[in-house]
Amino acid sequence: MLEVRNLHASIGGRVILNGVDITVKAGEVHAIMGPNGSGKSTLANVLAGREEYEVNSGTVSYDGSDLLEMEPEERAREGVFLAFQYPVEIPGVNNAYLLKAALNEVRKHRGETELDAMEFMTLVKERMNVLEIDQELLNRPVNDGFSGGEKKRNEIFQMIVLEPRLAIMDETDSGLDIDALKVVAQGVNALRSPDRSTIVVTHYQRLLNHIVPDFVHVLSNGRIVKSGGKELALELEEKGYGWIEDATSVPASA
Amino acid sequence: MTSQLTESHTAYRSAFDQLQRDSNGVNLVSKLRTRGFSRFAEAGFPTTALESWRFTNVKPLTRRQFVAAAPTRLDPSKISRFELENVDGPKLVCVNGRYSPELSNVGALPAGVELRSLADVVATEPELVESQLAQLAHFDDPSSSFTALNTAFLQDGFVVRILDDTILEAPIHLLFVGTGDGDAMSHPRTLVVVGTNSQVRLVESYVGVTDGASLTNAVTEVFVGDGAVVDHYKLLRESVEAFHVGSMHLRLGRSSTFSSHAITLGGAIARNEVIAELQGEGGECTLNGLYLANQKQLIDNHTTIHHAKPHCESHELYKGILDGQARAVFNGKIIVAIDAQKTDAKQSNKTLLLSDEAQINTKPELEIFADDVKCTHGATIGQLDTEALFYLRSRGLNLEQSRDILIHAFASDLIGHIAIEPIRRQLDAVLLQKLPGSEHMSFAVA
Repeated sequence: MLEVRNLHASIGGRVILNGVDITVKAGEVHAIMGPNGSGKSTLANVLAGREEYEVNSGTVSYDGSDLLEMEPEERAREGVFLAFQYPVEIPGVNNAYLLKAALNEVRKHRGETELDAMEFMTLVKERMNVLEIDQELLNRPVNDGFSGGEKKRNEIFQMIVLEPRLAIMDETDSGLDIDALKVVAQGVNALRSPDRSTIVVTHYQRLLNHIVPDFVHVLSNGRIVKSGGKELALELEEKGYGWIEDATSVPASA
Repeated sequence: MTSQLTESHTAYRSAFDQLQRDSNGVNLVSKLRTRGFSRFAEAGFPTTALESWRFTNVKPLTRRQFVAAAPTRLDPSKISRFELENVDGPKLVCVNGRYSPELSNVGALPAGVELRSLADVVATEPELVESQLAQLAHFDDPSSSFTALNTAFLQDGFVVRILDDTILEAPIHLLFVGTGDGDAMSHPRTLVVVGTNSQVRLVESYVGVTDGASLTNAVTEVFVGDGAVVDHYKLLRESVEAFHVGSMHLRLGRSSTFSSHAITLGGAIARNEVIAELQGEGGECTLNGLYLANQKQLIDNHTTIHHAKPHCESHELYKGILDGQARAVFNGKIIVAIDAQKTDAKQSNKTLLLSDEAQINTKPELEIFADDVKCTHGATIGQLDTEALFYLRSRGLNLEQSRDILIHAFASDLIGHIAIEPIRRQLDAVLLQKLPGSEHMSFAVA
């Protein structure tokens, strides 16, 4: 589904990604781990289409199309979803309004009929039960006045409603306690299917106990330096990131 | 103070003379007119040398020769889109400054509510308004020469009288229509007197049915009795080629509540002035404003609130959305008299700039003579939040949709304060509409 080849990206002239290669097939869950500054969030944001990042070279193909040529909204309509690390607050924009507008754009793009307010509410109520989300959250402005945990849950809730084909979770576990973590994992696991893929970007192994990955990659200085199965995450937890850096030769970034 | 009254403005002198001749012997009014014209002739139009007109250059207006508008008949269908749908209240219409009974619909008025045209009152019962007309709308200061000019041409408009202990639920709609032809000028005059403990909602709409460089120079005076509650709206939907100068002068009695929402969508130059006197203890004055400007419009909101007595509250929230090369001016003056202890005054002006060339000049002015008061003021100027834009796009909304949502969000708290549903709905529509093929949204509601 997703093929990243030799991706180089920078921001403000500073090179962050130094040739990233990843292949994600439909139905797979890939974890991307790495020390701070390794480029994990950059990778997630470049895939989502954030304009501040400049792609210097490399290709990203999504279902055979050139993802980098697509505007952020096109990527979203094609089923790419980024759960933000720091979701922005948007006072004055109602959560339910945004979600309904977004869902209808995706549906329109897929040639499905758009939902009216009642149909939307019915769909949403079903999905809310999965996540133990308070109904009242729907009426609040997007992320405005939400605690860190509520913001993360809101991201997952949006994901559950929009049903993306490629979900990219950017350090969704940071700032969450174990109970919130379990609820988030529940939401992600509920979406798992042979035609959906997930990329979980995380610093800690803990989340991966609940969202069990098929593949684990370690990003260091903007490149994938090691890949393996879920045991790799446990090894990292035990030995720390320093072990990887010592074991592989890592070129200094520019 | 330099005068801009040149030879070409002998046109104003002749129009004035003609008006006085035509109105034989209506004394109250002819004396006011004479005072008004003499002040106007002396001061001329305001120039940017005056502090309160520093950022508002009215030369585009003053270099034209406006003539008194002739009486005009208008087809009702032309104004239907300006009406308040599903609102069952009295509607009074002026066309080019003259009362139009055919377009108006007063209905059966409850006891205690009097709605009449000003021309009718001054012709038949001038004593009704003698002690109030022109009592609040002062024009001695050169910066008030538009008020002087309105007084010089005082002819028609409305008198709204709500007697004591009267509650009117349905809003009164005063609709002033400009037909925009041939450099016509009109000077509508409105007098509102609300009795003790009474309640009323009042909407003043100033609209244009065609494009054209007309001048509407309006003055409204409002007396709010003790314990009364008044909810007021001024909707400006004139053409982007029209000129509008409007001032509202208020006096609030003790424990009275007055709120006004000024929504400005049109005008090549539009200036709204509100001058409020809190003359009784415990009065509360709320002034909200929303202005949307595009192309080369200039929208100016000037407010002055006098806290003359203790324990009064005032709140001001003015928000602007500017695009193209539009310019806006906000000036909020608060004067707290020496005995006005426990005054609580809050003022906030926020502007959203959608283009590189749009501009706002914003300034508070505080003159505080009492020592136990709370006065806060603030202004912010910014652009659309790029984080928020990306967030919305990452959810599948395109750039235009995302901008529209954020623009609407900016104004949403103000819109939420509007109690009259059709006004709220019309505003929502204006903010969320898109013009095909246009890069930015156009706010002109022509």
